[in-house]
Amino acid sequence: MAGGLRKVEIVRRVGRLGSAGEAKGEFKLADTAASPENHGGDDPSRRDFIVIATVAAGVGGVAAIAWPFIDQMNPSSDTLALSSIEFDLTKVQQGQQVVVKWRSKPVFVRYRTPKEIADAVAGDHANLRDPATDASRHKPGKPQWLVVIGVCTHLGCVPNFGQGPYGGWLCPCHGSVYDTSGRIRAGPAPQNLYLPDYAFESDTKIKIG
Amino acid sequence: MSGHSTYEPKTGIERWLDTRLPIIRFGVDLGDFPTPKNLNYWWTFGAILGVCLVTQIVTGIILAMHYVPNATLAFDSVEHIMRDVNYGWLIRYIHANGAAMMFLAVYIHMFRGLYYGSYKAPREVLWLLGMVIYLLMVITAFMGYVLPWGQMSFWAATVITNILGSLPVVGPPITTWLWGGFAVDDPTLNRFFSLHYLLPFVIAGVVVLHIWALHVPGNNNPTGVNVKSEADTVPFHPYYTIKDAFGAGVFLILFAAFVFYNPDGMGHADNYVPANPLVTPAHIVPEWYLLPYYAMLRAVPNKLLGVLTMFGAIGVLFVLPWLDRSKVRSMRYRPTARIFLALFLLTCLVLGWCGAHEPDAAVIPGVGPGFVLVDYGINTDVWLSRLGTLLYFAYLIPVQLFLPLFETPLPVPESISTPVLSHPASVPAGATSAPEKKG
Repeated sequence: MAGGLRKVEIVRRVGRLGSAGEAKGEFKLADTAASPENHGGDDPSRRDFIVIATVAAGVGGVAAIAWPFIDQMNPSSDTLALSSIEFDLTKVQQGQQVVVKWRSKPVFVRYRTPKEIADAVAGDHANLRDPATDASRHKPGKPQWLVVIGVCTHLGCVPNFGQGPYGGWLCPCHGSVYDTSGRIRAGPAPQNLYLPDYAFESDTKIKIG
Repeated sequence: MSGHSTYEPKTGIERWLDTRLPIIRFGVDLGDFPTPKNLNYWWTFGAILGVCLVTQIVTGIILAMHYVPNATLAFDSVEHIMRDVNYGWLIRYIHANGAAMMFLAVYIHMFRGLYYGSYKAPREVLWLLGMVIYLLMVITAFMGYVLPWGQMSFWAATVITNILGSLPVVGPPITTWLWGGFAVDDPTLNRFFSLHYLLPFVIAGVVVLHIWALHVPGNNNPTGVNVKSEADTVPFHPYYTIKDAFGAGVFLILFAAFVFYNPDGMGHADNYVPANPLVTPAHIVPEWYLLPYYAMLRAVPNKLLGVLTMFGAIGVLFVLPWLDRSKVRSMRYRPTARIFLALFLLTCLVLGWCGAHEPDAAVIPGVGPGFVLVDYGINTDVWLSRLGTLLYFAYLIPVQLFLPLFETPLPVPESISTPVLSHPASVPAGATSAPEKKG
């Protein structure tokens, strides 16, 4: 009976900390506590604790090991290391563009003519779907250089240079029309062509990324 | 599977599903499967192997996302995994050490079967399927070892494929066919990658058959006595799910110790040197789990006979259920057989030790090769390998056939419950449950 008494004491202590579920366990224990055959192994509160602790440790362990298995699909460090490139602007003739591959995507580097710049500035006051001034789309003092990511904001195709009613780009997939500032003017695309992070390292050299 | 089913669908959806695809019933029956109540921790290695197989498949699928099976790119892609891919080092080390851990578990699983006579009637098919799994594991592990395309990879591939070339007449064309060229090269690497990806799923399929074949007669148990009544069994869940989970947990600690503290401990430094078809490393050895076979291959001075000996070493295990003439399953009641099994285990370990050393290396250091018998001194690895090979086959054929004629087994209990209830003191630890003993 001494064992039984000790157990009742344990239950009281657990009971003070316990929730409704543990209180239920305590009730069961009170039934079994009288039996001299029991030596504490059947303590339901203790079992609940073991079950909860085991499940918690298991869930924590699974989560800890799951993360590496998920994260391995993210860009690897060699991919991230290639995230910036330099480009020599002397390769581009006025009125043309050169397509550079950056982060596996095309970047249009366009050397705009004065007429194309004027058209773009005139477009600032048109009814734009994704309003932006031409000045906000090139670096200050460098209106002739337009650098945009050459991926249609509709579904990811590469728009064709110089086509479409605005002389900017026309996407061959679903007919989105961009002007000479790379702004969406007609068709299904929701946004202007995105601008990459880039900076002029000198008058003839930019660093993208 | 054994005809019993206690599942009663409670909701309408469960009843509807039960008459169309009784998958819940299937799961419940697996959980309720009556399992001998006296299984000890050696029986947890089946579940541990399941954990290993899943680990290998999951990590392997991930590695295949980053690995390039091309002779010029493979080595670099493995280094890319190790250095650049997020947690690539972890996943590759789990996979590489996981293979070794799986062999450790399978050898324990097989020796457990040998000790408790789990291969004997009516479990012969269960044993045969297990041997098929083991053979597939060996082939899969070998092909996986080739993929990093380091020096050990390349020369392992060369040596093992040349083994088949020893077969008369068909050997050379088969070797060329395996290579897809005139030596191990890009085509070989590509097909090994393809098969290395395929075979684990074949293994998983055979594992399903293995478990099916287990559930027809039910588990063997440490007494080797058949289950006589329901009193001899407990439901698989929760009794053995929890015991297996605990066993797997302990096993995973050992596994993690290798992965995090000694990940290259079981590998070979030469495999971090890119494959070079023009230079063979000075000392080439297979992974530890194949060393005994390697020792047997080198023990025989004739090429074809060496190969046949090596394959025979695995082949003879397939027919073990028919070689063993003893009517007593468990070696708990076969003290003489127990000594022979211990010697057999020692033989396997010695063969493994021999396989890791040069053929002419001295067994007892500092004594010299000793008296030259036929081709090598008697104090050399080769002669120890020859002794080991002889003892290996001696255990599996003559000892199995004739020992039962001479040995006197101990009395076998009436049922699983008898020794527990009547002679608690005579039962080894782990066979009884604690509450009864305490009283």
